[in-house]
Amino acid sequence: MAVDTQPAPAQLPGAAADSRPPDHRQPLWRRIAKRVLGYGVLAFFALVFIFPFMLAIITSFKTRPDAAQTPLNLIPDPATLSAFEAMGQVNLPRSAYVSIVVTLSVTLGRLFLDSLAGYALSRLDFPGRKIVFAVIVATLAIPGIVLAIPRFLVLGQLGMLNSFSGLIVPLAVDAFGIFLMKQFFDSIPKEMEEAARIDGATIFQTYSRVVLPLAAPALIALTILSFQGSWNEFLHPLIAAPSDASLRTLPVTLALLRGLMGEGTDFPLLMGASILTTVPVAIVFFTFQRYFVQGVAASGVKG
Amino acid sequence: MNALRTKLTNTESVSGWTFMAPALAGLLVFTLAPILMALWVSFRDWNGLVPPGQSSFIGFDNYRALLFEPGVNRTDFAISLRNNAYYVLGVVPLQTAIAFALAVIVNQRFLRGKSFFRTAYYFPSITSSIAVSLIFLFLFQRNGAVNAFLGAFLPLDNINWLENANGVIHNVLAGVGVERPAVLADNSIMGLSLWQWISGPSVTLLAIMLLATWTTTGTLMLIFLAGLQNIPVEVEEASRVDGASPLQHFFRVTLPMMKPTLFFVLTIGIIGTWQVFDQIFAISAGGPQKTTLTPAYLVYREGFRNFGMGRAAAVSFILFVIIVVFTLVQRRIVSPDEQ
Repeated sequence: MAVDTQPAPAQLPGAAADSRPPDHRQPLWRRIAKRVLGYGVLAFFALVFIFPFMLAIITSFKTRPDAAQTPLNLIPDPATLSAFEAMGQVNLPRSAYVSIVVTLSVTLGRLFLDSLAGYALSRLDFPGRKIVFAVIVATLAIPGIVLAIPRFLVLGQLGMLNSFSGLIVPLAVDAFGIFLMKQFFDSIPKEMEEAARIDGATIFQTYSRVVLPLAAPALIALTILSFQGSWNEFLHPLIAAPSDASLRTLPVTLALLRGLMGEGTDFPLLMGASILTTVPVAIVFFTFQRYFVQGVAASGVKG
Repeated sequence: MNALRTKLTNTESVSGWTFMAPALAGLLVFTLAPILMALWVSFRDWNGLVPPGQSSFIGFDNYRALLFEPGVNRTDFAISLRNNAYYVLGVVPLQTAIAFALAVIVNQRFLRGKSFFRTAYYFPSITSSIAVSLIFLFLFQRNGAVNAFLGAFLPLDNINWLENANGVIHNVLAGVGVERPAVLADNSIMGLSLWQWISGPSVTLLAIMLLATWTTTGTLMLIFLAGLQNIPVEVEEASRVDGASPLQHFFRVTLPMMKPTLFFVLTIGIIGTWQVFDQIFAISAGGPQKTTLTPAYLVYREGFRNFGMGRAAAVSFILFVIIVVFTLVQRRIVSPDEQ
């Protein structure tokens, strides 16, 4: 993967131009103009992508009249924590708990099941392997909305509607994760596994002691994608727990909260809750950024 | 030696299936079986309240109600197709073009701070669709940030974004003096007059389209960036040595080399935009006047609000077919040589 994941090394001014002779031949004013234009466009879009979040953070510290009348003032007047205090009354702590339980369970489930399956598809020569892999690739193409009604039906038949297991189990295996792990296992050499097998290790021992440590980068990428995907998931928790308010995840509670408010929208509360919903994913994102980038890039290059 | 090999092969078969079994069981029960059940349900009159086996088999009635029989079901489905078609036509080119342009600029060697800009652009993509929908709800208020920004450049009154059913193309036509010509108003397809078909997205749908573009562009930019960085340096240099101008270089070298990535980005763009649901749910719930109703939202509304699970399943299958057809057609157009 030729993705530039390292921060650009500190360079002396002009060093970049020296490495590219044609650029050097351009007149000075053109080089300066190109930079000004380039940075101008980049900075404008950076503002477009980041400013909404900044405004949401500021708004969450405003009073309701302040947010409604001067939505663009960058300083809350007066600053207040009342939006955050109100969150207890609309069941947000409970939703946060549900979101955490579901996200952690789904992520652990995917790590274990996807890597097992990916390993089998990459390394173990079992009858039917090609068909199984083809089926898994095919399920990648099924749109989520097509699954909404039949999943509701299956969960109902299994008695899993309105339960934690119904929120977790259907998401705990995903075809994309299996695909990602298989591709990664395909890319690492087999020698160490073969050595372990000759030394008498069982297949499961080889997998857990030799292969998994080697697969750390892929496992981290999978962790992050699963964490982000299940934390943000909206449709599945919406249909899997339709009638139990104590089993709503944060996105479901947020969306329904907005619906209940109608005209008198409490924007400080909505903005505060939106920002708090964003924080966990943001922390994971900034900590493991380069794996995020690799995961997305992998999906693109392989596609 | 042969005995050992057989033994190893047997262990691999057993282990292979053992390793595979839990994941496969999960996919079978919660993805593959459901698809078949959805197909089955789409031929039944199931309301979602009784066990599905107690519903009656009604053949193609659900599909007929959506496609051929005059009535509210067909009109609503036609409206949702129209809305989603404008949504796809607007969002896919816009997000692809912006993402490509940003990737090309970020990839310029004379610019620094790559990782900062990449992070800033990608950040919206990782956040909850519902959370960013609520933030946009705030931005698109009458006295909100979007109107303030537009007002700084254009002599506009504050636009009513969130409760505005006026079609954008209707607005433009009204601006040049065209009002409901009889030939368009009197002919209809699927119960919707031609005049209604050419309305364009409503202003509210346009706001949601801008939100979708804003959210997705970062991901697509990362994919383009990975593609650009996979272009061999030799190719770049050969073209420069041959004296290609930057424009020639872009159209003759970069664009052809990026064709597979472009195809991938357009494909996931189309697949994603035909399924828009979360933003509609959070912002407009299909309104105003059904102008943000989409097939995906219709599936939810019919199935879980109006107790027409059979009809909703039929909508979801037609949507599935639409997505598959678009993907195949596009594959032919974008990369005919790869057939």
